[in-house]
Formats: sequence, structure tokens, C-alpha cells
Amino acid sequence: MTPTRPRVGLFVTCLVDMMRPSVGFAAVRLLENAGCTVEVPQAQTCCGQPAYNSGDRKTAADLALGVIAAFEPYDHVVVPSGSCAGMIACHYPLLFAEGSPQRRRAEAVAAKTHELISFLTDVMGVTGVDAAYDGKVTYHDCCSGLRELQIKVQPRHLLGSVKGLELMEMGEPEICCGFGGTFCIKYPQISNDMADKKVSDAEATGAGLLLAGDLGCLMNMAGKVKRRGSPLQVRHVAEVLAGDLATPAIAEGEG
Amino acid sequence: MEISSPRFPANVREAFTDHQLQRALRNVPTGFIKKRAAARDRLPEFDALRDQSRDIKNHTLAHLDLYLEHYVDKVEASGGVVHFCTTPDEARATIIALCQGLGARTVTKGKSMIAEEIDLNEALSAAGITPVETDLGEYIIQLRNERPSHIIAPAVHLNKDQVEADFRRIHSHLPPGRLLDESSKLVQEAREVLREKYLAADVGITGANFLVAETGTSIIVTNEGNGDLTQTLPKAHIVLATIEKLVPTLEDAATILRVLARSATGQEFSSYTTLSTGPRRPGDPDGPQEYHVVILDNGRSGMLGTPFQDMLRCIRCGACLNHCPVYQAIGGHAYGWVYPGPMGSVLTPALIGIDKAGHLPNASTFCGRCEEVCPMRIPLPKMMRHWREREFERHLTPQTVRRGLGLWGFVARRPALYRLLTAIAARALRLMAGKRGRLAFLPLAGGWTAHRDLPAPAGKTFMAEWKARKP
Amino acid sequence: MTTSTPKDEFIARLRRSLKVTGDDATRKAAVTARLAAHAPNLLPKRAQGDAAHRLKLFAEQAIAVQASIDRVKTAAAIPAAIADYLRRHNLPQTLRHGTDPLLKKLPWKKGAPSLAVSQGRADPSDEVSLSHALAGVAETGTLIVCSGPDNPTTLNFLPENHIVVLEAGNLVGTYEEAWTRLRARFGAGQMPRTVNMITGPSRTADIEQTIELGAHGPRRLHIVIVDKGQ
Repeated sequence: MTPTRPRVGLFVTCLVDMMRPSVGFAAVRLLENAGCTVEVPQAQTCCGQPAYNSGDRKTAADLALGVIAAFEPYDHVVVPSGSCAGMIACHYPLLFAEGSPQRRRAEAVAAKTHELISFLTDVMGVTGVDAAYDGKVTYHDCCSGLRELQIKVQPRHLLGSVKGLELMEMGEPEICCGFGGTFCIKYPQISNDMADKKVSDAEATGAGLLLAGDLGCLMNMAGKVKRRGSPLQVRHVAEVLAGDLATPAIAEGEG
Repeated sequence: MEISSPRFPANVREAFTDHQLQRALRNVPTGFIKKRAAARDRLPEFDALRDQSRDIKNHTLAHLDLYLEHYVDKVEASGGVVHFCTTPDEARATIIALCQGLGARTVTKGKSMIAEEIDLNEALSAAGITPVETDLGEYIIQLRNERPSHIIAPAVHLNKDQVEADFRRIHSHLPPGRLLDESSKLVQEAREVLREKYLAADVGITGANFLVAETGTSIIVTNEGNGDLTQTLPKAHIVLATIEKLVPTLEDAATILRVLARSATGQEFSSYTTLSTGPRRPGDPDGPQEYHVVILDNGRSGMLGTPFQDMLRCIRCGACLNHCPVYQAIGGHAYGWVYPGPMGSVLTPALIGIDKAGHLPNASTFCGRCEEVCPMRIPLPKMMRHWREREFERHLTPQTVRRGLGLWGFVARRPALYRLLTAIAARALRLMAGKRGRLAFLPLAGGWTAHRDLPAPAGKTFMAEWKARKP
Repeated sequence: MTTSTPKDEFIARLRRSLKVTGDDATRKAAVTARLAAHAPNLLPKRAQGDAAHRLKLFAEQAIAVQASIDRVKTAAAIPAAIADYLRRHNLPQTLRHGTDPLLKKLPWKKGAPSLAVSQGRADPSDEVSLSHALAGVAETGTLIVCSGPDNPTTLNFLPENHIVVLEAGNLVGTYEEAWTRLRARFGAGQMPRTVNMITGPSRTADIEQTIELGAHGPRRLHIVIVDKGQ
């Protein structure tokens, strides 16, 4: 059992910050309900993944040091994204030489960095949420969260506690949706093929709502859904768990 | 054959318009993936065996010089001859010289990716020696003058009717009215045609899945028995293998064999796993009179002692290809050379240069499925990232990407500037999208908007709203 | 001064990449030790158990890969069992085997009077062959057959129908136990020209991933397990 009111630093991620703040607010609500105090250091920008995956280790390391400095003071660093959390937790230490002070600082921050949903279940011991959704839902396992952070049962567990929600599994929930950061821009045809297959799989479940834990993947899938004219709605899993169904679904307007 | 890896984007476009290919590729996820999962589930020790297999290969690579010395001694003691070749040229020349010395007119071949690497068939033909591929998949693509599109299922990109058309075209001595509507009939015809070739061949060339240092043995893993007929019937058996095939003992080979077939086809064991040591012994009524092992380097020693050494653990099972959503979308030929999929994306730049093969390690989302299924625990995404780092250092990354990332990095290092610019961008995109909440077109984001809408931001950034709510 | 051979240069290049020398005593000892011990690594539990378990497992595994199995109590019963198998499958009453002592001593004339039995390596026109396995491996239903005049390798591949006699006492659990028998028979570090590990008949899936038997090797593999061999 963790000590009362752990201090969480929320790493909101550049996509949530710029494109969909409701995910950040849902994360805050979930964390506060679980008994944490949440702070959002203003000095945060990007975790450095785009640079890292493009081979620019120097920029990645510079950005990492910024994140490390901003988040070192907290008990936990929580991220509403498997890929950004994975970047910090799994890759930050590798950016610095073994035995160096930066490596040690990176390891310290990495050790206390968690993706949001798995933090709630695995660290804060949350077993259910007080939310409702009347309908069928399907869940996409984002690659980094699944394979770097072993996030699989945790979101399903919490979704299981949502009143009225029926979870339908896709044929291949674990196959990549085709986002891959710069990949979807560099190799759009291949990305499109993967996104098409993923959306078809989601539609075939009969679910009205597609959820996942990473906004990049969600934007990719939502963009494909809309281009196909599909009635499927797409949201971040945190929003449903926090009871925010008021914000328009991803890629939907207010009209 | 031509290397078309530099034209990867064009290859990809072609792959998407090739309806036969797209139809054939649908067999890959349903077949291979399900079968591997079933085989894994039937063997509780599977993951532990993967760890041990990794450890065996790591130990072997760290002592490769010593194991190779021991291996050579044992081959020679059993009456075999070892030939050391550094480059493809040397290997081709050595094999041609051996064939010519034996007066060979036709040569049967078991499946060998190394032979593809060095374009052996072309060289043999040019020297007046006819190579005959005996693995059914390889035989089919040889008729079509194509490269294999998968390392264990070379003709996976073809449909049955395409094979029928090729058989009718090439086997012109057979009655044209014959039925070839079922795969069993095609297999039977191939069996009869190739049986004659096996019996007539002067030399048989195989690859090797393993070379065992303890006994000087080469091991091939097949299902058809083609490798066995290739290496038993002719006067001479030539093994073509690269250095990383070495394992220390028969026990070590057994451990890795347990994960090989299961990872490749989902079989518990292949129909024929054959251990060959030297030529026929005095008194043997069959078997080749000569046994030659052509040991080839071709860039492997250059991978030892580098971050790419882990790639030398690869046992060519093809699991990474089968599970890769990129491979499933475009097939093997798009990669442009011998090795496709994730393992091809790491190995090809090492063997032909990152300048020619740059696209391959970039055409990945790093989803990690390959590493998840690799029986030898090779960290494939990590090595693809290493290639991207090499490209970045050598300024091979496209300028637009470099500048874009440079700009992003500049801004992201400066939180105050970042706050300002992201707020502006969020507002601008929101205005452009209007009430629809999404953009169907955005300048500079053509790669995205060509195929999908771009969800519009809410208008205000989280950080701005947070600051406003909690001063 | 000795000129360096291609082998010397080849090995030297490996040593440069690994940043090692060939004289390092620790490295040499590690290699020597591993080769000498040839210790088994992890052995699957499924392969461990008594003779009855091994027999059951072997049969299950072999049948799963489309081999067929027959059990006889004594070697004397083998010829009749084989003649019967050939009859049931409408196969010709012909057979070729090597100079294997067990196979030679079988009562062919008494047990299978209409069976035409010949000896030697396979002729391309042979339709049925018979081998005697060194061992059977229960974990995957695999037969171990060694080359030589006793059991010529061509018998394993040229004819369409391959019959293999396996003594129950030679049915081991794992490949490693088969290696132990191999070493006992040929000597440590020694091998015959070919050791075939045979698991079911020949097959291919190269056309649209549809499995077809009899690709180049035998279409049928029939295993006769004899309780007491000699």
C-alpha cells in the first residue's frame, strides 16, 4: 500500500497538450480520485521520442535531461501514453553513458515513471472506477505500452468496472495500427494499409466505441475512421474511465 | 540479380497494385502465426529454450575463432575439405572450380539463402553449369526468374494458378491436356520432373542450418527431402555456409532445433533434419565421394564486436517476417534483395551498405512484434534504430526530415517558446478545421491527409488551460 | 617464416573483430570444456517418463505427422506385419533393405512368402524400402537412421514407401539420449556420413500453404515397433 497522497508529476505529452487536453484532465481526475496530488510542471515539452527514433541521440538526450530535471522531485511520474512512458522508463537510461551521473538520474526517474492506467491498477491498487458507458466498446493495445510496459489486462480490468460497458475483443487487438510516429508520414501507403486493417477489425466487433491509451494511435485510427465514413467513435480510455463523455470524440466537431 | 532496395518506395507502390500478391499475402497471418502460437502452447519450456538458444549463440560468437578451428579439424578428420572464402567472388570461383574439376554439367541445389546472397545460380550458368533448384518453392521461382520473397517459403507470394501457368510453360514435354487444377497434382508433377534431375546431377549443393564444431557436421532442415536427395545421390556434396552457423555440440544444436521449426512453420520438428559429416565411408554403398564445405565471411566478421553482433544469432526461421504488419502489407520482393522483413531490415544494410538499404530500417513502426517472437531474442527494433543513428550521423536522413526534427528539437528545448508556439498552432488548426473537428487536407502533411483525416485540436493547449484553472 | 594460409587470415580477421588472441588460456579452456562435456541444456518435461509413456508419446507424435504405426511382439512377426501392411495399401509385394543384421535375419520366406526381398542401396525403380532405426525419439515421434551398408541412405528417400523397424528398447525420450547412443555406437566426436532424423513422410506447403505429402521423399512412412528385437 502506497503512502497517503503520493505526489504525482503529470507528464501530459505533446500530443495531449496540443491536440486533446481532455485526456490530461481525465488523467488528473483519475489520479486525484485514486488519492494522489497532481502537479504539472510547466517546464515539460516533449519526451524526445521523435528525435530518438530518427537516430538523433543528441537531441533526444538534451530533451531527456529537461524532462528528468522537471520531474525528479516527484514520487511518481505518470503519463497518459504507453509510448512516452516507455521512452522515459525504458530508453532514457540508454541515452547516457554507463556509470555517468546522468545515467543514474535517468535510471531514478525511469524507475518511478508509469503509464497512467497501469499506475492506477499496479501502484495505487485501483480495482474499479465510478463511471458508466452504455454500449459495446473495443480496445486497441498500443505497441509500446503492450511490449515495453506489459500493459494488457489493466485497462480491460478497469473497463470491466464501468457500468453498462460491454468489451468486445478484436481479432487482432495487438497488431500495430500503423501510426509509428514519423512512419505514417514517411511510408503513408503502408501505414494506410495497417490503419485500414485495424479499423475493419474494430468495426467487425460491432462496438460503437474504439479505445486505446495512446493519442498518436488514436488520432491515426480516428482519422482513418472518419475518412472511411464509419460511425465508430474513438476516445482515449482515460476519458471513459474518468466519466468524460461530454468532450466530442476524436475527430468529431461540435456540430 | 539486381538490388532494388534503393527503390523501396516504388517497390511498395507496386506491391499495393499487385492483386495476386495481396491475395497470397493473406495466407501469412492466418497460417504461420496461428501455427507458431499452437506449437509454442504445446511446449511449456519454449520461452526458456529461447533464452538458452540465445546464450548458446552468444557464447559461440564470443569464441567463434576457436570453434571454427575445431570444426575444421573435425571436417578434415572425417575426409572432408574446407574452403575459406571472404567475398562472394571467392565463393563463386571456388564452387565453380570444384564443379568444373568434377566435370559437372548439372548441379542440384537445396535451398540456400547464402547462394542467393552471392548470386550463385547466375555464376554457375555463366560457367556453363546448369543449376536446378530442388526445393519446390525455389524451383517455382527459378522458373519465373524471381528472387524468393520469404526466407522459408520462397513462393509464398504466388497463387496456385500462377504456378500452373509456369509449369505448363516450362514442362513443355508433358501432355498439354493434363489437369493441374489441384496443388497435389502440381506437387506430383514437380516430383516427377525433379526426380530425373536428382538422378542426373553431378554435384549437389546445400546450405547449412548449423555447423557443429564437436563433430565437423553440417545440419540441414527440410520437409521435402530435396536436400537429402541433393546431397546423397551426386558424386560430390558441397556445403555453402557462413561463419555464424557454428554451434559447439550436438546438444547445443538440439536445443536450437527445438525452437527453429516451431518458430518457422509451427511444426514440432521438420520431416527431415539431416546431419552430414564428410564423404561416404569405405564400404558405404551410397553417399557422395567428396564433401566440401565452403565457409564464407561476406561481411559477418565486420558485424562481430559491433552493436549488430546480435543479428548473427539469426537462425532464419522467418517468424519475424510472418508477424510483421509491414511485411504482411508489402511482401518480400519490395525489400529489394535477399532478406525481407525485420531481419532483412537489419541484415541487408550490414551486407550491402546503409546507403543502398536505408529505407529498410526506416519502414518500421517499432511495434516490437518481431522481437517478441524471435526464438533467438534478437532486439530487432533496437538494431533498426542503430541504423537510423548511423544514417543521421552520415547525413543520409532526408533533409526535410532532418530540418523538421531540428526545428522541433530547437523549440522543445525551450519551454517558454514551446508553450507559445504550440498555443498558436493549436489555435490555427482549430480555426482551419472549423466545426467539423477534423481536417481532410493540410499543407506539408500530405503523407497523413492522403489517406486519413487529421483530427483537429481543441483550440487551447492543456498547459494553458491548466495554468488558467490553477494559477 | 611461415606464409599465412587463407585459413590463417580468415581466423585472424575474426580475432581482430573480437579483439582477442588465439593464446588466451581462459577462452581455450572454455571451448575445450564445452566440447568435452557436450552437456545437455534444458530438456522438455514431456520427454521424461517411463517406457510406457515414451511409447504412447512417440505413437501420438508420429501419427500426428501422418506416419503409421504397427506393434509386434517379436522380430519374427515383422515380415508378416510388413506383407500385411503392403497388402492393405495395395502396394507391391516388393522390398529392399541393407545388410542390417536384424533385418537380414528376419524369417522372410516363412513370414512373407510372396514378398520379393532384395538388398542394397535403393534403385530408382524401388517402391518400398525397409530400414532399422538406431533409435526413436518420443518427444517428436522422430526416427534416427544412420548411413552405411546396414541401412543405405538412399532407402530413406528414393522409394515412395518407407518402412522403419524400431526396437522398443531403443525408444528414448529426447534427442540428447539419441546422441548418447550415437556416441556409444560410433565413438565420441565421430559420426557416420549421414544421420537422418525422420519425422513423418515428405511434405511441402509451398503452394498456397496447402500441405501435400510425398514432395520428393517418401509419401508414406510406416513404423514397426518391436517389443523384443533379437
